[in-house]
Amino acid sequence: MKNLQINSKFVPLLITIGLFLALFAAGSVSYEGFFSMQVVLNLLVDNAFLIIVGLSQALVIILGGIDLSCGALIALSSMVAAYSLSHLNLHPALAVLAVLIVCSAFGFVQGWLITYRKFQPFIATLCGMFVARGLCFMINQDTVPITDPFFVTMATTRIKLIPGAAISTSVIIALVIVALYIYIAHFTKFGRAVYAIGGNEQSARLMGLPVDRTKVLAYTLSGFTSGLAGIVFCFYMLSAYGLNAMALEMDAIAAAVIGGTLMTGGVGFVIGSVFGVMIEGIMQTLITFQGDLNSWWTRIAVAFLLCVFIVVQRVLVLKREAKKRIRPVEFIA
Amino acid sequence: MGTENVLVRMDGICKEFPGVKALDNVDFTLRHGEIHAVCGENGAGKSTLIKVLTGVEHNESGKIYLDGVAISPKTPMEAPALGISTVYQEVNLCPNLSVAENIFIGREPIRNGKIDWKEVNKRSEIALAKLNLKLDVSGRLDEYSVAIQQMVAIARALDISAKVLVLDEPTSSLNKIEVANLFRIMRKLKSEGMGIIFITHFLEQVYEISDQITILRNGQLVGQFETAKLDRLQLIAKMIGKDLAEFEKTIKEDVRDAGAAANEDAFYQARNLGQQGSINPFDIKIGKGEVMGLAGLLGSGRTESARVIFGIDEPDSGETEVDNKKVEIKTPADAIRLGFAFCSENRKTEGIVANLTIRENIILALQGKRGMGAYLSHKEQEEIAEKYVKLLNIITPSIEQLVGNLSGGNQQKVLLARWLATEAELLILDEPTRGIDIGAKAEVQKLVLQLAADGKAVLLISSELDEMVRCCSRMAVYKDKQKIGELKGAEISEINVMKTIAGGQK
Repeated sequence: MKNLQINSKFVPLLITIGLFLALFAAGSVSYEGFFSMQVVLNLLVDNAFLIIVGLSQALVIILGGIDLSCGALIALSSMVAAYSLSHLNLHPALAVLAVLIVCSAFGFVQGWLITYRKFQPFIATLCGMFVARGLCFMINQDTVPITDPFFVTMATTRIKLIPGAAISTSVIIALVIVALYIYIAHFTKFGRAVYAIGGNEQSARLMGLPVDRTKVLAYTLSGFTSGLAGIVFCFYMLSAYGLNAMALEMDAIAAAVIGGTLMTGGVGFVIGSVFGVMIEGIMQTLITFQGDLNSWWTRIAVAFLLCVFIVVQRVLVLKREAKKRIRPVEFIA
Repeated sequence: MGTENVLVRMDGICKEFPGVKALDNVDFTLRHGEIHAVCGENGAGKSTLIKVLTGVEHNESGKIYLDGVAISPKTPMEAPALGISTVYQEVNLCPNLSVAENIFIGREPIRNGKIDWKEVNKRSEIALAKLNLKLDVSGRLDEYSVAIQQMVAIARALDISAKVLVLDEPTSSLNKIEVANLFRIMRKLKSEGMGIIFITHFLEQVYEISDQITILRNGQLVGQFETAKLDRLQLIAKMIGKDLAEFEKTIKEDVRDAGAAANEDAFYQARNLGQQGSINPFDIKIGKGEVMGLAGLLGSGRTESARVIFGIDEPDSGETEVDNKKVEIKTPADAIRLGFAFCSENRKTEGIVANLTIRENIILALQGKRGMGAYLSHKEQEEIAEKYVKLLNIITPSIEQLVGNLSGGNQQKVLLARWLATEAELLILDEPTRGIDIGAKAEVQKLVLQLAADGKAVLLISSELDEMVRCCSRMAVYKDKQKIGELKGAEISEINVMKTIAGGQK
């Protein structure tokens, strides 16, 4: 009984991991050269920034909200970084700091509007998205290359894990942030308050939790994390352009949902987003290996997967409702 | 210090909401080791009194003392810190979190910068063991029954502070065994010296568990009584505000021609109709040309019965017959097709569409009955609207007036007209005269009798006993979600209704 219960909580996550392994196995069988460490590691290398915003997106969705601004904030981050470095000749550390401050401020303002001005999260972050995109083009309408030696070093350094398999510095940054998010979500009062608010905001308030503060903080954290993802994106692209990372927020949302986070809030694991991103990535890789398929098939496959996952989650929720009243309780006389 | 170990004293509490005096100079005293029931009809001020004590609402005047010290909790977070914990009617916990987490959230023990989950689980088990419960605290809260969730809420409340425990309608969704278990725990806490404030609509439970009763009516204190010295009849009389002696004297106005009215061919008949959790199975028969009343205190199950009859809540037991033919009513659409009409008690939220005109409001249900495709010409609509405006004497300059601009009584009539327009055979009227003035009341009542005289079957629900007595030819009496008796003809009087309610289970 006990094992069965524990499982039900992890089922969506396990399905996601299982699906990832299945896709990897299918690719390995079908295509020569697919079964290699580097293929897996490239998923991380190519999607490090998406993993990072996937984490913050998951946390905001668990809170019961949504953050549509993260893609635009990544573009803005790269623009701010490029501008600070090339026009203002700032030290790279200061450029990074500027990016994080700008993005955190965006997150804070959005969180404040949502919490204290009762904006719908969708609308508040949609506005944030528009403003951020607009600002990109206010700074520069063209592609700005990033030539700063620190950024170039970070972008080109490869760390060999085993012969023939290497990762970039971005992957390390992403993995550190993954660990940080797991800690935040499951081992801090802030993280648990996020879950409680997503479950029932009214109850959370009556239980005396700092609901307002937690909400503002969660959106601020999301903005800050988008800034981090933006810097990692710079390492990946070594250039800035206002239309970069278009609709990336949608990929982040998809990753969170595929990773088992419920859009209704209160349920999910931030780690699920990592596997959600990996699945999106591996489908892209599969299609590349296939060779004769248009890469936009990835989109269709992701859409299909999303539908499957929504159905799986629905079934799980229904099952839980059905057996709701049967958990055993002992009365001690 | 305080006399006879007083735990909480509330002196002269006043609280006003726009237009309503919710609490008018109310006193309240709770002692150590006492279970104190707060009784009163809806709107009496029970919840407001509790909310003032727990910091959700703020009193305009009056003082609160806890153990002799003046307190004034400003937020629902302050009261627990002072030692006053509340378990609300709707379980206010997070269903998506584990049981242990629900007990400790916001107060998690931190070790090495991390939440110490082992400690959380261990201490939760101890907290629940104090309530004689043993369960897997790592399970999600919503995997347990509402009764257990309630216990978890109590465990949380006790773990935070344990001087005063406020239970606001804790038993409304519990079954008998669960209630018994809750009471056992309440007695245990009482024996440990805790003061418990218990709010409930269930009179039997008041007598089973409480030591003292405070009765409120219309925001005013009726009095505080020792439970053992106040019998049920007196309690009910005080709750609804009728003097007993005055009652005995009241001579029932000459008995209506009940025999003629109670036509033998029943229009509607149900056996064993019920829905688990909201209303226990009951039998009912409503004849053509009869006004059948559903009497009982608020929360006794009278509205729930009507909802089940009309299919708003799908019944899970019983069978129904209309015109001696077996039918199934699962949704309001089924009921409307069979010729039922339901005027809801919440005129504002469930009935009238304030920003449509009188004509549009009257036509709504008819349109629904005929189907969305059926076209009602503007002329036809006008004719129908004019007819009912005249028939029901709705006072308005024109049928194109917005309903929101009408007085309460006229709104009620428009609502009635809407259902009459469907040529309904069975009219269910839930509190048709609530919130309208006396003159309009009399008119609505007259109309109800008129409808019955025209051969319609009417099911009437009202909190005002005199209205029920005036209108009904038969009356079913409800208590604690159960039909406990039926009165007819000459038996119908306010005193008999009260006696039936006080008389306990059948």
